[in-house]
Amino acid sequence: MDMKSMREYMGWLYYQYLLITGIYVLEPWEQSIFNTVLCTMVAMVIYTSYVFVPIHVRLALEFFFELVRGQPESTVALMNQR
Amino acid sequence: MTESAGNKKEDCHAANGVKPGRNGMVKNHHHHHQYQKQEKVYHAACNGELYSRPFMESFEETPMLVAVLTYMGYGILTIFGYLRDFMREWKIEKCHIAREREEQKDFVPLYQDFENFYTRNLYMRIRDSWNRPICSVPGDKFDLVERSSNDYNWTFEYTGRVVKDVINLGSYNYLGFAENTGSCATAAGDVTVRYGVGVASTRQEMGNLNMHEELEKLVASFLGVESAMTFGMGFATNSMNIPALAGKGCLILSDELNHASLVLGARLSGSTIRVFKHNNMQSLEKLLRDAIVHGQPRTHRPWKKILILVEGIYSMEGSIIRLPEVIALKKKYKAYLYLDEAHSIGALGPSGRGVVEYFGLDPKDVDIMMGTFTKSFGAAGGYIGGRKDLIDYLRTHSHSAIYATSMSPPVVEQIITSMKCIMGEDGTTIGRSRIQRLAENTVYFRRRLREMGFIIYGNNDSPVVPMMLYMPAKIGAFGREMLKRNIGVVVVGFPATPIIESRARFCISAAHSKEMLDRALDVISEVGDLLQLKYSRHKVLPSLDRPFDETTYEENEE
Repeated sequence: MDMKSMREYMGWLYYQYLLITGIYVLEPWEQSIFNTVLCTMVAMVIYTSYVFVPIHVRLALEFFFELVRGQPESTVALMNQR
Repeated sequence: MTESAGNKKEDCHAANGVKPGRNGMVKNHHHHHQYQKQEKVYHAACNGELYSRPFMESFEETPMLVAVLTYMGYGILTIFGYLRDFMREWKIEKCHIAREREEQKDFVPLYQDFENFYTRNLYMRIRDSWNRPICSVPGDKFDLVERSSNDYNWTFEYTGRVVKDVINLGSYNYLGFAENTGSCATAAGDVTVRYGVGVASTRQEMGNLNMHEELEKLVASFLGVESAMTFGMGFATNSMNIPALAGKGCLILSDELNHASLVLGARLSGSTIRVFKHNNMQSLEKLLRDAIVHGQPRTHRPWKKILILVEGIYSMEGSIIRLPEVIALKKKYKAYLYLDEAHSIGALGPSGRGVVEYFGLDPKDVDIMMGTFTKSFGAAGGYIGGRKDLIDYLRTHSHSAIYATSMSPPVVEQIITSMKCIMGEDGTTIGRSRIQRLAENTVYFRRRLREMGFIIYGNNDSPVVPMMLYMPAKIGAFGREMLKRNIGVVVVGFPATPIIESRARFCISAAHSKEMLDRALDVISEVGDLLQLKYSRHKVLPSLDRPFDETTYEENEE
């Protein structure tokens, strides 16, 4: 029963997607074209984020921590100089 | 200043959002005392003594997300439209629609503008919601001939089945006179046996039957004017008579959302036309002042006459004209008023005399009262009422009177019988009870739809109820889903409405019983949940009854 209601719910979500994008009025082959193009773009976005997001996040964190670590060092250096 | 403005907004909100409107007929006993107190506060605070009852109109703003998604939907469909046009151009696909012949290809293109693009690529795909053939009386229920399409709505075939008892929420049958039984139908049948159906002449030649004279006297007494004249077609009444009333050197001030017949009549007359914002009295007053101060465009001579064209109820918005203010402006600036009561005659007012009676005004203040018999009387045709000298002038100078065939006898008899029924002159109380039932149905239907969370436009008392759909795919989906559940509705899209504000328009009738309305409301709620149409966030823009000044914009900013 749960699988059936789950499938119904997915069917209703797909119907909402058809209505909101306006695909509902198109012929089936046009719907297939649009779905293919959209899925391709979403797949490319996911792949790119999987490859690049961890590296970008690590580099950004390093940059900010460098700034914070650099600050107390320079004030300590100034006091030592005097 | 802002504090009192804020209080005023609260009072207007309280009267606006909570209590139902009253058409002079509905009694809410347990809300009566509370309502009286709020009513006094409301109209003491707004607009002096012009309005005898609160004027509650609302046009909720389009939610931002919905607007963005609607534009996105139209964008996607436009791209696919270009794709299909490309395929038709390069003969990859057969072209079903009109196109230029080979010899015309080097001339100016005929079918390249947006309207034709829209028709080819968007309208055709959802065309099965319109022009549905009906095979019974369009009363409270009707029978529909089912049709199907194999090539995506380019051609239709009849399946042979008839869908019976579809609830009718689309016909302009406000008082339920579209019926094939009862006193009107029998009278019309008798008259057909006596006079036949065709008249075979125009009014001026041999087509003036004694029935036409009787009808005109009856219409004049119904409206409370000196004299009236009837025509065979409502559209032709407007488009053929405005040219007789205004000409070169005259100024026509017409509302933004006027019907095509009024626009056509104004253009045919050759006068200068200026448009004021819909139902906006400040805009109208500004135009009047400018017209009187500056006169005609180059010569600055005074205008020969200034004619204000308005409608009683606007059928696409469901709004009612602010008639007391228009009449006050008309008297102050000495202009003439042409009131088109196509939808409001028979539907508003405690005894069905239209929008003039609804506001409690004098019919003699309106110079030209025009209306149609199509909506509340179950017949066809139009009338113009006013002073005797005006109507005598129109009898000789109107194109419709001189050239159009006069009204057919059974139609005239239907109007006479139904009008006598509404006035109560046939000795029964059927007319009165129908008007009462229409008012109750209207208030109930609007209140329930609003409570469910749909965005409804218009005045609380108008029997025309537009419900917003916005997205292009939902237009077709709504029409089809409602028909699957045996309810016939009218959905309206682009050329008739602005492009993102597509809507479904319900017309309430006195013939609908409460059970029918309840069934319809349950189905609408179900389809609304299925299609996610309940957009309302109950953030209603209150209709301002005081003139715009510097504080108005601050109030809206809150």
